[in-house]
Parts: sequence; structure tokens; C-alpha cells
Amino acid sequence: MQGTYILEGQIATAGPDKSGYEVRAEDVSVMRGERLVLRNLSLTVGSGVAIVLTGPNGSGKTTLLRVLAGLIRPTAGRVSWRGGNPGNDVAEHGEHVAYVGHQDAVKLGLTVTENLKFAAAVSRRPIERALACLRLEPLADLPVRRLSAGQRRRLALSRLLLSNAPLWLLDEPTLALDAGSIDRFGTMLAEHRRTGGMIVAATHVPLPLTDTISFQLG
Amino acid sequence: MHIFWAVVARDLRLSVRHGGDTVATFLFFLVAASLFPFGIGPEPETLGRIAPGVVWVCALLASLLPLDRLFGADFDDGSLDHLMLSGLPAAGIVAAKTLVHWISTGLPMLLMAGPVAIMLRMPEEAIPTLLLALLPGSLLLSSFGAMCAAVVLGARRAGVLLPILVLPLVVPVLIFGAGAADAAANGVSPQSHILLLTAMCLAALPLCPLAGGAGLRNAVG
Repeated sequence: MQGTYILEGQIATAGPDKSGYEVRAEDVSVMRGERLVLRNLSLTVGSGVAIVLTGPNGSGKTTLLRVLAGLIRPTAGRVSWRGGNPGNDVAEHGEHVAYVGHQDAVKLGLTVTENLKFAAAVSRRPIERALACLRLEPLADLPVRRLSAGQRRRLALSRLLLSNAPLWLLDEPTLALDAGSIDRFGTMLAEHRRTGGMIVAATHVPLPLTDTISFQLG
Repeated sequence: MHIFWAVVARDLRLSVRHGGDTVATFLFFLVAASLFPFGIGPEPETLGRIAPGVVWVCALLASLLPLDRLFGADFDDGSLDHLMLSGLPAAGIVAAKTLVHWISTGLPMLLMAGPVAIMLRMPEEAIPTLLLALLPGSLLLSSFGAMCAAVVLGARRAGVLLPILVLPLVVPVLIFGAGAADAAANGVSPQSHILLLTAMCLAALPLCPLAGGAGLRNAVG
């Protein structure tokens, strides 16, 4: 609890600087139904580090991302943010995490701008940079229902820029993206790491990331 | 707190955009209530006698209709994960959805209950009491409904499970709600019924979101 307050204080004073964080998973095991999905897994993510999770389907990549997000409480072991236990309160932990799951989590009935404004309500950041970064301006006033799968994915990814979170958790982030968008997404990732941000990504395809730590599951 | 209002505003905007769902709820209320005169006959005495119960049962059933999409839509498209990570506690999400359900379902039903009661030949002097009892009553329906919708979220056959869970819980609401209008129609003071409904409402408003919040954490975890 106390640790979390210190982290919040840093966000407030340091602005875009996200350095100095560390997330640590210790001996994490997760049971899903009758099946042991993750077994005694330990992982440390430090400032500026990018970890790429690989492994066959069903090896627990998504589960690990959700454990790190604090959405799933591990059956055994713990995930700590410099001593605080995120499993105790997802909401408080959640402010340090930006999660892009394999679903786009966008509202089809709202326009691109409205979706971004809702995401920005959490961080109170202006949406212009998020619109510009993955070239969403021409689509700004269109309802998401009319966008293609790749365009929806770009919208989902651009929301990362509206978050103050130091840890980005990405589940197959480049799915359905064209080459140009992947390049621009690479710039986003590099910029996030340059300011001390952390990335954990699950993928089957090469990501626009350099100098990564590979983590094999299953 | 601003996240709470952002969720409410977003969901209200969505319910206006998908206006068909909202209108369907009122039409159901109207059509279900107007079936009774056809089934029972147009005698004012009989209709007026059963009118409070009919209005309440129809309101209750109509308020069930939007419940499975209340969290279901966010759960299916992944938005619920983002809400859970937004910094708003899970109970806060359920409270926001309760408010959305009340504004988009309870409030319009409150407006339509008067005309429906007149259509059913309810004694005039009982109509203000009916509406007064429906105010805490509709809040209770939204609270219990949102709580149960959060609890069954992610379950197989959630759509079938939901009414089975909600309907027994709202039996006391139905008894005191219809009882208040009955009392007023018979010239007895409905005060005790209304006070009991208000007391239930004051207990449910903070407690139901807590239970629903546990349901949401279970659904995403």
C-alpha cells in the first residue's frame, strides 16, 4: 500500500519519465480449471526492458500477461511491484499497467475520437498524439464499426499513448497491422523504453523491437 | 470519481446509439401490461384491483431484458479488462452500471407507469403512491439486477441463470411495492410500505455493488 503511494507520487512529479520501476514474478503457478498452466515461473522486468514471450498455443502466454496485469491472481507465488502485492487490489495496481489483449476492446458504436476520449478520461491526457502516432486522424470521426480489423488494432494500440503506465503488456500486438503501421508501432515502443518504460509482449511473429529478452514458455 | 462518470457517460451514449434495445424494453413493458385486459376482460373493478401488481410485475420483467448485455458487451469485446485496470474499483464499475441501467430503464419506466396504470383503470388516488413506491423500487431492481448480472458473467447459460437469480431476490420489492399502491387504493396509509422499500434501497445501493464487484473480479480472473 505504502509502496504504491510512492509510485503514484513519482508519476505525478516525474511526468513522462517512467524509470525506476521493477515488476517481479516469483514462483508463480496458475491453475485454470484442472490444468496447471504456469508452473513455478519467475521473471523480473526492470526499467527500459522488453521481454518477448514465445511458446506454442496454450502454453500460458496470455495467462502470464494477465497475471502481471493483476487480472488473474496466481494460485501460488506472487507478483510484486517493489514490495506491493498487486493481487490485493487490481484497481490500484492497474494504474501502472497498460494492457492490449488479443481483443481490441473498442466500442463499435462509438467513433475513433470517442473511444480515445474515454481512454483519456483515465489519464487525462490529450488525444492528439495518440491520433497522430498510428495515423488515425483521417478516421477520427468514423464509427469503429466501419473500420477494418487492422484499423481497429491501430486504435487499440494508440490507446497505449494515453496511459501513464510504466508497464505495457501486449498480446499479439501486431496482428492484422500493415508494414507501415508496424514501423510506427516500433517507434512507439522504442520511445516508451527510452523514457524508462517496460514491455512484456506475447507473440508468434517478430516484433519491431531490438535488444529484447526472450522468454520461452511451455 | 471522474472515471465513474466517464463510464456512465460512455454507456449512456452507447444506449442512445443502440436506441432500438432501449425502446424494445419500454415496448415490452407496454405490450405485456396491455395483454392483461385482453386476458381478464375489460371490467374496471377487476382490472383496477390487479393493476398495481400488473404494473410492478411488468416493470420487473422489462428491467430484466437489458441485464445480460449490461456487462456482457464489455466482457465479450475485452473492454471489461480495461475497466478493471482503469483505477476504478470493481464495485465502482458495478455502481456505474447500476446507474446506467436505472437511467436507461428504470427512469423511463417510471414515466410510463402512470399512463399504464390509467390504462388498467387503477383508482386515481393510488397512482401517486404507485409512482412514489416505484422510485426506490426501480433503484432496487437496478441494484439487484446489476449485482446478479456481474455474478453470472462468464457462466455458461448466463441468460437463463440471470432471471432465476434475480426474480427470487426481488420478491420483497414486489410485495411492498404492490402493497403500497393497494393500501392507497383501499384508503390505508402506504407509509410503512414506502419506508420499508426506501430502507431496502438504502441497504442495497452500497452492498449490491460490493457483491457484484467480487463477481466481476471472478469473471476476468
